[in-house]
Amino acid sequence: MRKMSEVPLVELTNIHKWFGRVCALEGVDLSVDYGEIVGIVGDNGAGKSTLIKILSGVYPPDRGVIKWQERKVTFSSPKDAIKTGIETIYQETAVVDTMNIMRNIFMGREVVYRFGPIRWLDIKKMARESMKALERVGLYLRSPAALVGELSGGQRQGVAIARAMYFKTKLLILDEPTNNLSVKESKKILQFTEELRNQGISSIFITHNLYHVYPVADRIFVLNRGKKIGEFRKEKISIEELTELMTLK
Amino acid sequence: MDKEKKNTDRLLLRVLSIKEISSLIMLLVVVLLFYTLSHTFLSRDNIGVILETIPELGIAAVGINILMISGEFDLSVGSVFALAPIVTIMLIDAGCHVLLATIVSLIFCCGIGALNGVVTLKFGIPSFITTLGTMMVWRGVVLLITRGWPPPFPDQALPLKEICVGQIGFIYVSLIWYVLIVLILWVVLERSKFGNWIFATGGNRQAARVLGINPNRVKIINFIIASFLAGFAGIIQGCRLGALVPSAGTGMELDCIAASVIGGSFLMGGVGTVIGSVIGTSLIRIIDNGLVMASAPGYWFRVFIGMIIIMAVIVNMTLRKKIRKIW
Repeated sequence: MRKMSEVPLVELTNIHKWFGRVCALEGVDLSVDYGEIVGIVGDNGAGKSTLIKILSGVYPPDRGVIKWQERKVTFSSPKDAIKTGIETIYQETAVVDTMNIMRNIFMGREVVYRFGPIRWLDIKKMARESMKALERVGLYLRSPAALVGELSGGQRQGVAIARAMYFKTKLLILDEPTNNLSVKESKKILQFTEELRNQGISSIFITHNLYHVYPVADRIFVLNRGKKIGEFRKEKISIEELTELMTLK
Repeated sequence: MDKEKKNTDRLLLRVLSIKEISSLIMLLVVVLLFYTLSHTFLSRDNIGVILETIPELGIAAVGINILMISGEFDLSVGSVFALAPIVTIMLIDAGCHVLLATIVSLIFCCGIGALNGVVTLKFGIPSFITTLGTMMVWRGVVLLITRGWPPPFPDQALPLKEICVGQIGFIYVSLIWYVLIVLILWVVLERSKFGNWIFATGGNRQAARVLGINPNRVKIINFIIASFLAGFAGIIQGCRLGALVPSAGTGMELDCIAASVIGGSFLMGGVGTVIGSVIGTSLIRIIDNGLVMASAPGYWFRVFIGMIIIMAVIVNMTLRKKIRKIW
């Protein structure tokens, strides 16, 4: 495990976001340390998704500052965030079901070899490396040529996590990764998240299901109606107290 | 016993995983059927006739196929098919060099494709609607220019005829163009980064965007490719017939879509192969020719194509279920 740094990996300060007249986020602060799992919890409409979309370059904040390893950054697109080392896995958009595992893992970052002026996809290398990437998260699948649509929900998420790990993502954001998954599949996702921590990768786990995030998170942020209600180290707060905070009117 | 079953499963999986397997099976069945009905069907002369007509539909269909994989349609290809040779001949008549006229005409087709793409994506209109509109617009332009009469094919255009439909030995140049285009697009789709982006864009646009791919750019490029190839196919037909028919390409858009679907492409995008489109086109042309050879009324053509489309989708879905079971 990587040694914890004195400064956070990423720090968001006083983030505001409006959609028309609706204030989705109001003065939210968030920080994630190296190798830390941070849970962001809140009911529907709490602003969780807006917050991570700002961090992953989908929306610009209307006010506030994002610092990455102490340096102020602005993301004009998800590509900027990915280049910085932030990758987001949305449940619906994590993978392309109609593409095979290998093409999914290398989507947007394909391995090529040059043949004169032409660049060809290095299919053999992509196949080999994708199997290695899957094994790193404990996924043992028969072939990298299998269609992702033929995998289970948990395995699909596993492919996306394997991709993030392969490209040495420093911060992985998991948006509701356990939604619509069976208990067994959810458990597998939690194992993947712990595996990320073991390899020194920080992660943000967004969910409205406290029972999923509580066992793996180091710290938990509670959002309610666009505002940060609190930030707790897991050992300092019980699951019942968190539930009460989440449902505050 | 268990090992034997595993090996059989592996072999079955390998065969079923060939993306074009269903269309290939149908092609074989149709060829056998027409050969049974008429033994001259597989004669050298008749194969020559089929090969002469495949490139025109094939070139347009392979462009539509790529566009469909990225999740869009283009119904205007038939009109562009008719417009391109007319623009070329108009430019030649105006004193333009034949090669320059062809290039300008093809650039004009690219412009039509770009317009289709930009209007579709900028205003969020389904491409079905956008290109239905442009299909009518460009067909109308063709009729306005020609006033419904085929313009004469000028002598100055004869070199173009050699380039497009001449013969090298017993091989038609149009067939060589088709093979070249298929090879290039196969490489693009299966072996290039852009090919991966096409599949990603058609399969899950949001996922592609999240990973830094620009789906709009991918789609606009594919709209341009589809129009360019439709225009080129139109010029080939104009040269083959030695006449510019204002109604050329009418209904072609549906044949192109049919060729792609028969070849295994999904209407919703994300799935398809260049080879599948070649097989789909071949099937359409073989059925067209086979019915004539079997002395069957031409009306049967649409009946056959309709049945083949439905069968192709059913076979593809069944194979997918089978593969899922083996996994």
